[in-house]
Amino acid sequence: MPTPSWLRRRGAKPQAETDALWEICPSCGERLYKKDLAERMWVCSRCGHHFRLHALDRIALLADGDFQEIAPLLATGDPLGWTDRMPYGAKIAGDRQKSGLLEAVVVGLCRIEGVRTGLGVMDFFFRGGTMGSVVGEKVTLLIEECARQRLPVVLVTASGGARMEEGVVALMQLAKTTAAVERFSALGLPLVTVLTDPTTGGVSASFGFQGDVIIAETGAAIGFAGRRVIDQTIRQKLPEGFQSAEFLLEHGQVDMVVRRTELKGALGRLLKFLSDKAVPA
Amino acid sequence: MNVIVELEKPLIELETKIAGLKKLNETQRVDFSNEIALLEDKARQLKAEIFGNLTPWQRVHLARHPKRPLALDYISALDGFTELHGDRVFRDDPAIVAGYAYLGDLPIFVIGEQKGRDTKDNLYRNFGMPHPEGYRKAQRIMRLAEKFGRPLVTFIDTPGAYPGIGAEERGQSEAIAASLKVLAGLRTPVVVNITGEGGSGGALAIGVGDHIVMLQHSIYSVASPEAAASILWRDATRAEEAAQRLRLTSDELFEFGIVDEVIKEPLGGAHQDPQRIIAETLAADRRAIERLRNLGVDELVDRRYEKFRRIGAHVELVHDSAAR
Repeated sequence: MPTPSWLRRRGAKPQAETDALWEICPSCGERLYKKDLAERMWVCSRCGHHFRLHALDRIALLADGDFQEIAPLLATGDPLGWTDRMPYGAKIAGDRQKSGLLEAVVVGLCRIEGVRTGLGVMDFFFRGGTMGSVVGEKVTLLIEECARQRLPVVLVTASGGARMEEGVVALMQLAKTTAAVERFSALGLPLVTVLTDPTTGGVSASFGFQGDVIIAETGAAIGFAGRRVIDQTIRQKLPEGFQSAEFLLEHGQVDMVVRRTELKGALGRLLKFLSDKAVPA
Repeated sequence: MNVIVELEKPLIELETKIAGLKKLNETQRVDFSNEIALLEDKARQLKAEIFGNLTPWQRVHLARHPKRPLALDYISALDGFTELHGDRVFRDDPAIVAGYAYLGDLPIFVIGEQKGRDTKDNLYRNFGMPHPEGYRKAQRIMRLAEKFGRPLVTFIDTPGAYPGIGAEERGQSEAIAASLKVLAGLRTPVVVNITGEGGSGGALAIGVGDHIVMLQHSIYSVASPEAAASILWRDATRAEEAAQRLRLTSDELFEFGIVDEVIKEPLGGAHQDPQRIIAETLAADRRAIERLRNLGVDELVDRRYEKFRRIGAHVELVHDSAAR
């Protein structure tokens, strides 16, 4: 039986969008056949809107083939013993079921356009891509492994920030991942970050903006504070396109804005250029 | 409305009454000693009642108490503090104070997040919420500390980095991310004091250090309770509930191994005896620096790496139970 509309949580997708075969573009309202949409890398054929991508789809899009996952079985504990409308553990179980992932990031080694590299991809569909212990640990393990093997690292972010349910332990993951980036960087190895929709809070304020080169995906919302928080704080109208990838480019915060269809090529060229010395082709 | 200020009211009334009687006792022939002793006893009881068993929410308000010592109160207690201004790019951010001073005979650099004492002062200090230029000024001071081989001491007291249009345009994320990175690799001892409110990345941006000191009634959290409630439940009015769940008190942080040392406060909070608290905090910093200075710089930075490297609550599963 379908859930009555009054029971559905605020912010949940309306029924029309969750159709098995069809997807409605949230930007232009076009009704899109899912299979076509997937073939077009989840970019709307009418208006070019970039749908949010699942981590595994993103990896399939970027990696040349083989993806050797690191720490696939890391799962979160419950440092605070958190419960609100349900225990934290139950929330996580729900996220696992929905996403088919154990946590909000997948990390591993692969090749992009022939260049061997570390690749970490966050998944916004898992607890809003928030960073708790596991995300912090997996990103750190990836960077440490790439430091050992003298490989570049590409991190694709999609995150609401630090995970509230893990409290200050989540906050400390900013420091942990940063320390790993700092060491990695001191070895002369390149970190490239790709900021996708949305990237905010503790992830943008740590490795997101620590890339040697920072790429923003077309149309992505990127910022430190979420729009709602800013709205509530300043209570005035926000400028047109505020916190969009294009807005950030204009304000000197990112190196380039790249369309999804061109992302792999752009990354490949960049990695080849940056890592010629570190990894002889 | 600060809930602690409200709670304190009957106590302050009582204390005023005692002071009045004591004055009378000195000037009049009537002896009020018994009454005074009785009232003093009552005041002690009341104090223990009010402050003996504070809820997390009350502790949040104690950390935000208008009379609580602020960063500059600690920094001014150092010898010869000279303030250094500006990020050399945009402007000087009054929400972050920085400079150099002597801790006893030790030359140190200092950075502190500064709230205001009253409304006017708070508008000037932006309620202790730094803009990107504040963090960039802090980075400049961090690099000076490294270059001249001076220890760095920081004082955390902020609800969080400022969420505003200008802050976003000028790269609040980058400013915090860069501060974290500078501190992570800084080749000089870094001692961190959490003296009031430690809210989110805006606090951690000056908090990646070798020794973390926290005042008993300070708080340190992934986000301010208001922000956490707004993020979790889209309802900032549920801040009290968030405060309960976030485990942001000094005893919990010490237990998590995130804080190395807790400075006990007098009953009723640091503002009951600010001079003592300031002296004890600076003495703790001094001890930490003496100890850290004995380490080689490589070892110092390695230990800092390990200190944050081990924080996390994760387990390795035997098999993947998710529907991959």
